[in-house]
Amino acid sequence: MSTSPQTLTTKDVAKVGLLARLALSEADLERMAGELSKIVGFVSMLGELDTADVAPLAHPLDTQNVFRDDVPAASLSTAEALQSAPRHDGECFLVPAVLGESSAA
Amino acid sequence: MSTNTPYTTIIGLEVHVQLMTRTKLFCGCSTKFGGAPNTQVCPTCLGLPGSLPVMNRQAFDLALRAALALECTIAPFTKWDRKNYFYPDLPKGYQISQFDLPFSSDGFLEVVDPKGAFEPRRVGIVRVHLEEDAGKSMHDDAAGTGDTRIDLNRAGTPLCEIVTQPDLRSPQEARAWLNELKLLLVYLGVSDCNMQEGSLRVDANVNLHIPVPATAGAEARIAKTPIVEIKNMNSFRSVERALTYEAARQWEEWQATKAEMGKTPKQTRGWDDPAGITRAQRHKEESSDYRYFPEPDLVPVTVTAERIQSIRGGMGEPPVSLRKTLASQWQISAYDADVLVNQGRELVDYFEDLATRVGEGKVASNWMQQDVLRILNETNGTVSAFPVRPAGLADLIGRVKKGDFDTSRAREIFAEMVTSGRPVDDVVAGMGISAVSDDDVIALCRELLAANPKIVADVKSGKEQAAAGLIGQAKKKNANVNPGKVRAICLDLIREMG
Amino acid sequence: MQPLEMSAVDLVAALRQGDITAVECATVFLDRIEATNGSINAFLAVDREGALARAADIDARRKAGKPVGPLAGLPVALKDVLCTADMPTTCASKMLAGFRPPYDADVVARLRRADAVFVGKTNMDEFAMGGSNENSAFGPVRNPWDLSRAPGGSSGGSAACVAADMAPVAIGSDTGGSIRQPAGLCGITGLKPTYGRVSRRGLIAFASSLDQIGPMARSAADCALIMETIAGHDPGDSTSLAVDVPRYTDLIDKPLTGVRIGRVPEHFAAGLDPEVAKGVEEAFAVLMAAGATVHDVQLPHAKYGIPTYYLIAPCEASSNLARYDGAHYGHRAEPGKGHRAEAGGQRSAGQAGGFESPLVEMYCRSRAEGFGPEVKRRIMLGTYALSAGYYDAYYAKALRVRRLIRQDYLDAFQTVDLIGGPVSATPAFKLGEKTDDPLAMYLVDLYTVGTNLAGVGGISFPCGFTKSGLPIGFQLQAPPLAEPLLLQAADRFQRLTDWHRRRPQAMEGGKA
Repeated sequence: MSTSPQTLTTKDVAKVGLLARLALSEADLERMAGELSKIVGFVSMLGELDTADVAPLAHPLDTQNVFRDDVPAASLSTAEALQSAPRHDGECFLVPAVLGESSAA
Repeated sequence: MSTNTPYTTIIGLEVHVQLMTRTKLFCGCSTKFGGAPNTQVCPTCLGLPGSLPVMNRQAFDLALRAALALECTIAPFTKWDRKNYFYPDLPKGYQISQFDLPFSSDGFLEVVDPKGAFEPRRVGIVRVHLEEDAGKSMHDDAAGTGDTRIDLNRAGTPLCEIVTQPDLRSPQEARAWLNELKLLLVYLGVSDCNMQEGSLRVDANVNLHIPVPATAGAEARIAKTPIVEIKNMNSFRSVERALTYEAARQWEEWQATKAEMGKTPKQTRGWDDPAGITRAQRHKEESSDYRYFPEPDLVPVTVTAERIQSIRGGMGEPPVSLRKTLASQWQISAYDADVLVNQGRELVDYFEDLATRVGEGKVASNWMQQDVLRILNETNGTVSAFPVRPAGLADLIGRVKKGDFDTSRAREIFAEMVTSGRPVDDVVAGMGISAVSDDDVIALCRELLAANPKIVADVKSGKEQAAAGLIGQAKKKNANVNPGKVRAICLDLIREMG
Repeated sequence: MQPLEMSAVDLVAALRQGDITAVECATVFLDRIEATNGSINAFLAVDREGALARAADIDARRKAGKPVGPLAGLPVALKDVLCTADMPTTCASKMLAGFRPPYDADVVARLRRADAVFVGKTNMDEFAMGGSNENSAFGPVRNPWDLSRAPGGSSGGSAACVAADMAPVAIGSDTGGSIRQPAGLCGITGLKPTYGRVSRRGLIAFASSLDQIGPMARSAADCALIMETIAGHDPGDSTSLAVDVPRYTDLIDKPLTGVRIGRVPEHFAAGLDPEVAKGVEEAFAVLMAAGATVHDVQLPHAKYGIPTYYLIAPCEASSNLARYDGAHYGHRAEPGKGHRAEAGGQRSAGQAGGFESPLVEMYCRSRAEGFGPEVKRRIMLGTYALSAGYYDAYYAKALRVRRLIRQDYLDAFQTVDLIGGPVSATPAFKLGEKTDDPLAMYLVDLYTVGTNLAGVGGISFPCGFTKSGLPIGFQLQAPPLAEPLLLQAADRFQRLTDWHRRRPQAMEGGKA
């Protein structure tokens, strides 16, 4: 963490906005740059702490090895699956043209 | 390295295989291929608000099995991470995958070409990890601006990602290695590796290493072309074709631009199979910022030595050692063992059963390759559905050895057994075949010799092949005689004539 | 029979004995909601028809001598963060307006099996992000003790509906104080159980490693009753603890003799309202009178709790809320009207003037339209803190400090059984007082976020009132799975005091 608090420019905010898929107006960018800079400046106080020897703790539980058996369970009907879809054709969800291949890695 | 090119082709592969579980990685929905759209979905794989994942034990065990077969080191502690990106076939907006602590790493798989087209190649495995598949996006290309349809049946299917070192040196090697990988995973029951159904998918990274001779100002060095990732290859044949095309394309580009690795971002190109070319795909500026972080809805997994032992114990023999086992146990050639093993576990089981009954590996292997495999190929059949079981075929082979009929006659009988599904005796009776007594054969031969003085004379003058003319005539007189026997007896009788 | 004034424990007994029918009981509370919700706005949806049908069914079964569940006929309000198959579930967001989950949350299913009667879904800060309930897309909740003030948040609707007698019990969720802080500001009792004690399946996630569901009621005894139904292992939640559920109601009635309660001196530093400080000190005195001993303990990293929380929670939230993109459910922007719709011009960040595809446009505009400002702020903050180049400095750093904070608690619990102190630095604040200053709003969680970061349990209950008549909350925190002790201490306190029995009068006048 840098010693001087991070300041976000509107360009930074625009980049984060695209990553987060949030359309932001020019006014949004300005306002968010200010607000986020302030918050980031505040959370940067963690930089005071020397944590070089502290392992990250991502989760409060110490639990491990939770599995389920490979046993089929009921699926939803197609109608249930699509019941809250903004657009569908009775079989599939419909979204605006993707123009590209499946994301399947 | 191909000896006839002025460069070395460097290839690494990234393979995704669907694991053969009944249910998805994190929910109880079926993984069966081909269901009507959005019929194998639930809150979890639809990514509905509030839904949570629970890991399928069988998926983890199959992944472990794959990693062990690929000689990987199994991590004692592993966890899952979220890979964040937006795409409509990924309903949660993130894929549950593994980032910095995959469950296995650092293995290898060797590929040997029995015909010696390339040197045996040990391909390093960087890592194998377990992740979830995405759903399917279907584009109406004709409409152009139309909607994309999303089917989430596949979303959440367990996938193993296998990443190799850039150890492959030719498109042929890459294809052969993929065949070996597929064979291994199918043998172990990890995956059906059906590329048509998308249960095995391959991306390839390729570039060229080009020796650049010393010049006045610079020492000799190896120039490396920019790495290109090739996607959309739908068969191992396309992989080979795409890599061949891409290597040639990079060579041309090198000659034109001298562009080297590191100076341009990694490019992704898609394989256009009908056109036989790769095409540059659009570069997405933010695509690499996946913001991985530990998946808080799952807990880590620890793997003990006992667990590894038990998985290893239930694994079955992988192809690489099975080839050696068959060759030494049944005294067949390495080439024959390779052919048999490459057909899959079921065929090997058939062969071993047959060889045991026949008591001779070589004969069994010949019948397998020349008859069983030939018919399977012609009819596109499977070993399990093959109508003649090892016992029936062993029976037939036994009768041949006994001299009841010759091999070509036996082939006719075999063909009839396959068609009718009936045992040897039934077929023999049905075809009017009966064993001819030795006395009858001798009588027939005497008759033939008397009627063919010219042949007798030819044989006497040393042209033994002239006896073949007698065999045809013998068959005409009695279809059931064993031609080999006719020949042997005729030659004996001529010799007796002095 | 005055059902509105009865505890859940007494109501369940009265229902069991036939002193009141489930239909009568439900009617009383539904009528109360109808009369009062207009001024409080605690409910986003009221299911009068469903509740009465359910109650009638319970009455019929009871009459026929058929088995009924342990909460048979008890009206319960559900925070709208819990999925319900028969009621809309919105998370107080325009994004999920009209959304109907095809399944019940585990907690909802358990309450259903116990034959509780759901009266409706309560208002909250959008996606549980906030400490005042002003972030609801459907209008703020008003504090029943003073309608010009906030009830706290994010479970503000759940707290206010119990305080205003609209339900004897409500279910809330607590990610950084969202049960305890509104309970404190509304003068009711709220329990945030140990992480993993109650299944999160069907709880719409805000920050998965911090979220926990808990009961909000008039007393610790009522919370104990509800915990017996909602706690327990759920094989559908990998983070649910496979630990038996104690009979909380049997365990709480014990003296506090020998129980050691920690007091953190730093809690009383500048910033703590003097009236709150006084109420809290008096609460320690009551607990001592009940047999407990009080000892100073240190939580050395407590002051880092807020910055740690405001990195971890937004990071997880940025990912948890990625699914709201207009593709499969929820709000989708109308195509093709975005570019010049707003002054200053709507633009896709990073791409001057346009979007790279119709899909990306749909995503960006749906999310921009569907989420409120605080949710967007946290998504942006979390996305930034996880992005390339910042992960180590922000997210990973916060995880390291989280370990230090948890260790503080584990160390403190070596010497004390519970840690006591204030829930909030001030009593309920005015609506609008902090809305222009996100950072000031974040600080309202000062005393509560540590519990979540450490994964331990905490309870909040009223320990006095200010001169102006606003409730003051007291918080106890306990080691993992020490809910029986938390409930025991709070129950003991409530046997010696009557703060929890006081009822607000404000909403009758409807002053706002």
